[in-house]
Amino acid sequence: MNFNHDKIERNLGILLILTMLAISAGGLVEIVPLFFIKETVEKVEGVRPYSALELRGRDIYIREGCYTCHSQMIRPFRDEALRYGHYSLAAESKYDHPFQWGSKRTGPDLARVGGKYSNDWHTQHLTAPRSLVPQSVMPNYPWLATTALDYSDIEKRMMALRTTGVPYSKTNAEYERNVKEFGETVAKSLHIPDAEKNLIAQAQLGNYDTNPDNITEMDALVAYLQMLGTLVDFKKYDDDYFVKFR
Amino acid sequence: MSEEKVKGPTTTGHVWDDDLQELTNPLPRWWIWGFYITFVFTVVYWLFYPAWPIGSGFTKGVPGLNSITYTATTVDGKEVEKTTHWNMRSKYMVEMNELHAAQKQWFDKVAATPYEDVAKDADLMQFVNSAGKTLFSDNCAPCHQAGGQGKIGFSPNLTDDHWQYGGTYEEISHTIVAGRQGYMPPFKEVLKDEQIGQLANYVLSMSGEPHDAAAATAGAALFQSETAACYYCHGADAKGRTQMGSANLTDKIWLWADIPAEKTAEAKVDAVKKIISGGLARGVMPYWNERLKPEQIKLLTVYVHDGLGGGK
Ligand code: HEC
Ligand code: HEC
Ligand code: HEC
Repeated sequence: MNFNHDKIERNLGILLILTMLAISAGGLVEIVPLFFIKETVEKVEGVRPYSALELRGRDIYIREGCYTCHSQMIRPFRDEALRYGHYSLAAESKYDHPFQWGSKRTGPDLARVGGKYSNDWHTQHLTAPRSLVPQSVMPNYPWLATTALDYSDIEKRMMALRTTGVPYSKTNAEYERNVKEFGETVAKSLHIPDAEKNLIAQAQLGNYDTNPDNITEMDALVAYLQMLGTLVDFKKYDDDYFVKFR
Repeated sequence: MSEEKVKGPTTTGHVWDDDLQELTNPLPRWWIWGFYITFVFTVVYWLFYPAWPIGSGFTKGVPGLNSITYTATTVDGKEVEKTTHWNMRSKYMVEMNELHAAQKQWFDKVAATPYEDVAKDADLMQFVNSAGKTLFSDNCAPCHQAGGQGKIGFSPNLTDDHWQYGGTYEEISHTIVAGRQGYMPPFKEVLKDEQIGQLANYVLSMSGEPHDAAAATAGAALFQSETAACYYCHGADAKGRTQMGSANLTDKIWLWADIPAEKTAEAKVDAVKKIISGGLARGVMPYWNERLKPEQIKLLTVYVHDGLGGGK
């Protein structure tokens, strides 16, 4: 039988299968090894999954499309280090699904924005950026501070991430495992049955939107922004410690 | 393309729509060679750069072919020279070493010169102003505004000679290193609305704003009394205490109550009343000792004190 161009091009089924085979060969060679390379994920202390409130904030960040203008990936270049701080580590986004690295920077990188400004500043800036930075092209997000945060499905959101391997705990055994790995305070914040209680407590204590009376979407988003890039204490490592992972 | 070639016999052989045929002319020679050269290039690349994933690790290139040497600083501040294979992060170390070397003479000079003398050295001050402007734009301008003029209701003006937390080099440096957080308790539970009104009139009277004289006199007594105890933080002279950043209430400079923008006397009184009844906890100046290096903070201190002006 002669199996030639003619046959393939006239037979839709074969064409489809062969096209998929050709494309996935490239994909497999590039992607599969990444699941096995452990040496490139830096061994650092401090990285933990998001608390319930931060997680809701992250979901709002994605919902509002902040990533269309902001990256969260400081590359190992001199000018980036001078402006944004230490370059981002793979380990710092190991619990991010999907990660927010991005490549579009209409606004500045946000990977280490945590602690740089006050809660008050973030609330005002998100509501009306031009009131603080006159030349800004960032849109106003006035509804964040007036919309009550919907956290009725927070447990489901954490369960979904648990399925992808994020160590949120559901059972006591899982909780104990987290106590060993992250310490008690963090382990408590990762416990799914307490999610709602923890979320309310963090929002009230932190008072991120500078209005103590209610829990708004602003509380969640600012809680998220204020922890970005703050988990790893770089003073604990030689400044070339991370070289060996590349 | 010439006529003969189209008529030539080299087609794929199949015919579409009666007379549509596909030629199989060979690709240009230069293109084919270009294609082969990319193969050679990848092999060379594997020798020089991290490339193939193998098991839990990856190939790092042939040792010796791609080594790179940089100076690292250890946790306890020791400088060590290291050699490793080329990668983005070792290259970054070299870049940072070069930057450090290029700026070293200037930063060393700033570090070694007493604050007072930096401003007197024109060359050094030029460096402070250019490096300080960049640092200020990246870190401080979103709050204190591009020229450091501040914004009523958010952040103090750094260009005038009024300093809530003190305007000496040491005090400014401390503000930047450790941050500041002004706190004034709310008085709405402790004082009656009438008393708050009297205090507001007194506060306005001190800076020559329109006020009710009788109310202001009653307010003055309250200010010094144990009931309101304003004097405790703002001082008996109401000029404020720099240790806690309590505002000087005798000058015309306002940070939280936007008095200049209020048109009527009633609105001015209301603005001050709002501060007294609600208190203040919004004045958060972040700390920078983890984000900026000591030499950068010293440079910014001089920039704020002398570059923006008004330092004491
Ligand atoms: C149209 C593009 C655009 C979008 C969308 C956008 N931003 Fe921005 N953002 C900017 C620009 C430009 C700046 C710099 C000027 C400024 O500070 O406003 C900025 C600045 C910021 C900063 C200050 C960063 C720093 O280090 O100074 C934060 C925080 C921020 N944005 C958060 C957000 C969040 C959260 C969202 C989504 C709710 C968002 N941005 C959406 C353009 C955008
Ligand atoms: C516990 C200390 C404390 C007490 C008591 C206190 N204040 Fe204050 N006050 C402050 C501080 C600190 C600030 C500045 C806050 C900041 O800038 O973050 C301030 C600011 C103010 C301002 C705002 C000035 C401006 O520039 O807008 C007014 C007005 C004021 N105080 C009036 C009063 C009056 C009247 C009383 C007495 C009822 C009083 N304060 C009691 C600490 C105090
Ligand atoms: C999140 C906003 C914010 C940022 C960013 C910020 N500041 Fe401030 N800064 C403030 C506020 C608010 C105050 C007043 C604090 C108070 O009233 O309690 C202040 C106070 C100060 C003071 C004391 C002023 C006085 O009158 O005593 C200095 C000096 C200062 N800032 C310098 C800087 C420098 C330098 C930077 C950049 C490294 C910076 N600030 C970044 C908000 C900010």
